[in-house]
Amino acid sequence: MSTSLDIPPQFEVVDQPLDTQMTISMGPQHPSTHGVLRLELVLDSELVVKATPDIGYLHTGMEKLFEYRKYQQGIVITDRMDYLNPLGNNLAYVMAVEKLLQLEIPERAQTIRVLTCELQRIASHLVWLGTHALDIGAMTVFFYAFREREKILNLIEAASGGRLTPSYFRIGGLMMDLPAGFDRRVKQFIDEFPKAVEEFHKLVTGNRIFQKRTQGIGYISAEDAIDWGLSGPCLRGSGVALDIRRANPYCTYEQYDFEIPTEADCDVWARYMVRMSEMTESHKIVTQALSRLKPGPVKADAPKIVLPDREAMKTHMDALIHHFLIVAEGFDVPAGEVYMPIEASKGELGVYIQSTGGPKPARVHFRGPSFVNLSALPHIAEGEMIADVVAIIGSLDIVLGEIDR
Amino acid sequence: MEQVNQPVEKSENQTSSTPSPIAAALQHEHPEWVSRVVEALGETTIMVPREHLVSACAFLKSAPGLEFNFLSDVCGFDRGPEEEPRFEVNYHLFSTTKFHRVRLKVLLNEDDAHVASVTSVWRTANWHERETYDLFGVIFDDHPDLRRILLPDDWQGHALRKDFPLRGYEPYSLE
Repeated sequence: MSTSLDIPPQFEVVDQPLDTQMTISMGPQHPSTHGVLRLELVLDSELVVKATPDIGYLHTGMEKLFEYRKYQQGIVITDRMDYLNPLGNNLAYVMAVEKLLQLEIPERAQTIRVLTCELQRIASHLVWLGTHALDIGAMTVFFYAFREREKILNLIEAASGGRLTPSYFRIGGLMMDLPAGFDRRVKQFIDEFPKAVEEFHKLVTGNRIFQKRTQGIGYISAEDAIDWGLSGPCLRGSGVALDIRRANPYCTYEQYDFEIPTEADCDVWARYMVRMSEMTESHKIVTQALSRLKPGPVKADAPKIVLPDREAMKTHMDALIHHFLIVAEGFDVPAGEVYMPIEASKGELGVYIQSTGGPKPARVHFRGPSFVNLSALPHIAEGEMIADVVAIIGSLDIVLGEIDR
Repeated sequence: MEQVNQPVEKSENQTSSTPSPIAAALQHEHPEWVSRVVEALGETTIMVPREHLVSACAFLKSAPGLEFNFLSDVCGFDRGPEEEPRFEVNYHLFSTTKFHRVRLKVLLNEDDAHVASVTSVWRTANWHERETYDLFGVIFDDHPDLRRILLPDDWQGHALRKDFPLRGYEPYSLE
């Protein structure tokens, strides 16, 4: 038995234990990472020294798949990208193809697109509100937010038949017109929603804990936000009043009266306040769109591109031929390239399509707002506490389906 | 629909006659920066020789009246293995003050698919260029962190190239 008093090296006392840095892996199964985001965090005690997002767990090769599918088959792929805002994805994609084809869309179809997209934007923000508050520790909000979201999903289901994957828009218009009585149901939602927003404000906005967890956290200045390509509510939370619906109007948005809410605080709280105000603005647009709904066609007059009505197909020979050709062979899109940006619920959703002629695109690329917003996460999170990383991810409102594509 | 069918061909000889103000400003600053201008479907595409890309981008970002301070998107395109130059890299620029857009296009040969990174001009280019590298194999010189981003680190090949099969080279296996 040894009698030596020498301390073995593994028990050597470290003078400053907090001087050592630790690398931890957060995700991909962490509930606050909203899907399958993995963060590699280098921590010094509780401070984040370095944050490295690791993405791609949900990569399904959608952009490759587009090249092997006809233009009209691509619509259903877009649903699955930002699955909280599928109508926005549908809209960006079909508008890009319509731009290549130079199609004119009837007014009623445009109005219905605006109406349903703004409903979808509210639904997307409601999921963000519920999960963001849940991440920070306020569980109740989730149930209130999802109760309201359910009403919107019911409306979208009534119009399109799908709740999460509506595929409601078609190249040249809509899948079909709204069902009878839809306007009455929307009216009911419009009447109920302001009270719900009031409830959310009572539940969250005045909550001292929520304020402490979000105010002054996750600062990004306006210059940095632009340099990092942030868009949507994240950019407006840094005081930049940029909205594609106003900057490059599409789908008759220039005829609607709404504000661009901005906040100057540049923190998680500012991004929270912007999204809360945006729901009210979207509510305003839905109200206006509903009052603008006039009877009329919902499909463009382009028989070689737009599927004929079912009845016409059964009674008219040419309609039957067109139907067969569109389904079996697709339609040729002239060669060219377009970049179609829209203001999705999370920021600038851009679709780049390059066509070399023929019924299938040569390249479809999606500029996902979540992808770009997440790329700024290291810049925002470094220097913050690890518990605040959760609040920052929530405030960026990411959807991994769109990031990984 | 007739005139729609050839937007690219039609505009080929418009380079000197009616270029967009953005292309004109770029050409005025440095004639070598613009090799061709295409106006089609209301969008301006400026082809930039790859050695001048970063200086052209820095000029577009800082020049008064242009102010392209926002890089919307970078994406690659593979014209096919038999084409030369084979790869395109498209840069979609936007101005948060002027609200206008322009597309810069750089053409690259397959055996020398290198282009300078624009991360020094816009930091947001970082992930876009990583994605283009990952899916097309275009190398962005001076990029701070050029790793694969969507596909696993040990992935073989570049998935969005036209000669990469839709379902991969090998059947899926856990071995």
